[in-house]
Amino acid sequence: MKKFSISSILSQLLLLFFVIIWIIPTFGLFISSLRDKDLLAISGWWTSLTTTEVNEIYRMSGMESQIEEDGYFKIKGKLFEDNSGKKIESFGITSKKINEFNIGDVAIFKDESEVLLDEDGNYEWRSRTEFKKKKGKRLFTTSLSPPAFTFENYREVLFKEGIGRAFINTMAVALPSTLIPLIICSFFAYSLTWMKFYGRDTLLAIIIASLVVPLQMSLIPILTIYNDFGALFGVAAKSYPGVWMAHTGFGLASTTFLLRNFLKSLPNEMMEAAKVDGASHYDIFLRIIIPLSIPAFASIFILQFLWCWNDLLVGLVFLDQVPSEIILTAKLKELLGSRGENWEILTTGAFVSMTVPLFIFFALQRYFIRGLVAGSVKG
Amino acid sequence: MTILNLVFIVFLGILFFIAYFHISNYILDNYGNKTLKRYNFENSIRVIVFITPAFIVLFIFILYPVFETIRLSFYDKFGREFVGLYNYKWAINDPEFRRSILNNLVWLLVVPTLSTFFGLVIANLADRIWWGSIAKSIIFMPMAISFVGAGVIWKFIYEYRGPENTQIGLLNAIIVSLGYEPQAWLTIPMWNNFFLMAIMIWIQTGLALVIFSAALRSIPKEMLEAARIDGASELKIFFSIIIPYLEQTILVIWTLITIIVLRIFDIIFAMTNGEWQTGVLANLMYDWMFRGGGDSGRGSVLAIVIMIGVIPILAWNLYKHRQEQKI
Repeated sequence: MKKFSISSILSQLLLLFFVIIWIIPTFGLFISSLRDKDLLAISGWWTSLTTTEVNEIYRMSGMESQIEEDGYFKIKGKLFEDNSGKKIESFGITSKKINEFNIGDVAIFKDESEVLLDEDGNYEWRSRTEFKKKKGKRLFTTSLSPPAFTFENYREVLFKEGIGRAFINTMAVALPSTLIPLIICSFFAYSLTWMKFYGRDTLLAIIIASLVVPLQMSLIPILTIYNDFGALFGVAAKSYPGVWMAHTGFGLASTTFLLRNFLKSLPNEMMEAAKVDGASHYDIFLRIIIPLSIPAFASIFILQFLWCWNDLLVGLVFLDQVPSEIILTAKLKELLGSRGENWEILTTGAFVSMTVPLFIFFALQRYFIRGLVAGSVKG
Repeated sequence: MTILNLVFIVFLGILFFIAYFHISNYILDNYGNKTLKRYNFENSIRVIVFITPAFIVLFIFILYPVFETIRLSFYDKFGREFVGLYNYKWAINDPEFRRSILNNLVWLLVVPTLSTFFGLVIANLADRIWWGSIAKSIIFMPMAISFVGAGVIWKFIYEYRGPENTQIGLLNAIIVSLGYEPQAWLTIPMWNNFFLMAIMIWIQTGLALVIFSAALRSIPKEMLEAARIDGASELKIFFSIIIPYLEQTILVIWTLITIIVLRIFDIIFAMTNGEWQTGVLANLMYDWMFRGGGDSGRGSVLAIVIMIGVIPILAWNLYKHRQEQKI
């Protein structure tokens, strides 16, 4: 029995309110990344969703383009780019009165030259005497601009600002940083669950303690090790393998813990039966554990991958901040500092950095949630 | 490093670990039984093969650093000379440190509480509405993106232009349309902390939401039905049945978010870099790792202060683990 009560309407409205609050920030970023960068700098992103009135200043061409026709010297041209879709409502010739004339009016400058403008921005500027100035006069237009979106920002950000390279770098950091812990922790978790040896319980307790140890506790000693290592062997330890191992170290406890919780739930009889049949631990691992653990692997892979992809601190400390090594988050942070006013670069860059997480999120949400619910605790 | 090289070393790195396990086990499987007659002995070698890589990593990246950080906190900035409690005394008297610890405390108070609260409310609302799962997806989405990405998103919301310009930041546009002066939100001391916390709440509510959604399903349907038949309002059900029933889950989520908030770094680093009195411990620590060539003593003290925050949680986890082992 469904009740169509006031309380049900209220809860729908309340939920709708939450949803709107939660979606608007990301939506605004997305819309902004698709907008023309000049418009982005002068108007809010919400105005781009509807036809809006924009005030702009254009300069007409100078003396070079003049032609003689019907006894006039004429300069013809257009203010807007092709397909801009803008429609002029009114225009002016001084900054004081920008709405002085309507389409069809003839505006007369002080030097008695006249200008005619149609609504698509084509102008004809004519004078009885020859034009002598290199620069043309200014026109102030008020026009209606339809919603217009472009991928121009993406092209610029990916290829000119180095975000494209940072994307590849991040992938080169995140993939091994996810697969290596998955490989070594699955063996570790297996031995913690199914093998008997001295010190197993202590090791397990250490893992559980390590779950909550903050990353900050490790930064200084490891940075020292890396620097010493670099000085000793003459190779930069602050490079990709160094970051992989750091991520492996910081993700080890949670990966092991989650995998062990999963392995513990598998029936013991199956392992025993396999052992009786003469299977070695490695056989059991390859032929029984791995096929059964695919869903658990998927969840842990997603958690660790997103963690590495989204990480800033590890990439900042253990990688040099050069174009061939910088990761997306560090690059974005750098842009926030250096290009803080260039919102077309920031919004687009941020959206590029979000593409992979969002793809994973929408494609594999089930595994993501399962991993989180399984009790992910990350130091 | 060219992209091709990069792809190559990525493969090499992953292959190395697969090869280690495969080759060592292959040797054990094919030659082990012949040379090492006793099953037990072979087995203990296998244990070593299985455990060693993980243990080495665990030792280098967690165990050794914890003790080394504690040691360094008693040494000078280069980690060479013993200075006793000097670094700790410095911290107590440092205004920046006090500011950071105060900010951290406010973060710890506000973010886990509000995230848990919103998560619980939304989970409960979404559970009863047909489009609830879409709503949950949307609110959960910020969990997937990076703190820096979220920082950019929200910096755009908080963007400030002088009063004579058109505001392109949503918050200021709303403020202006209501007839107030636009504000540079991130530079107003004390309040700016809350604007930064809003970002974290925006992200972490999703975490609370999904865990609560899973937990809500464990509440017996009959109990809720019975309460409804008895005429209890949804609000009453929420406070008298759902909250008491989910007490454990609430605690778990609250702790989970507390741990995350305790080492919060990225958001503040990206948004304000700790300026305008927004610094927290992790930012101050990062600062001291590199400021003036780096001071490992002071940095270590700051790391230890963060660590002290998680010790109660650590002890509680170990205690629970013990209890489980006994059963």
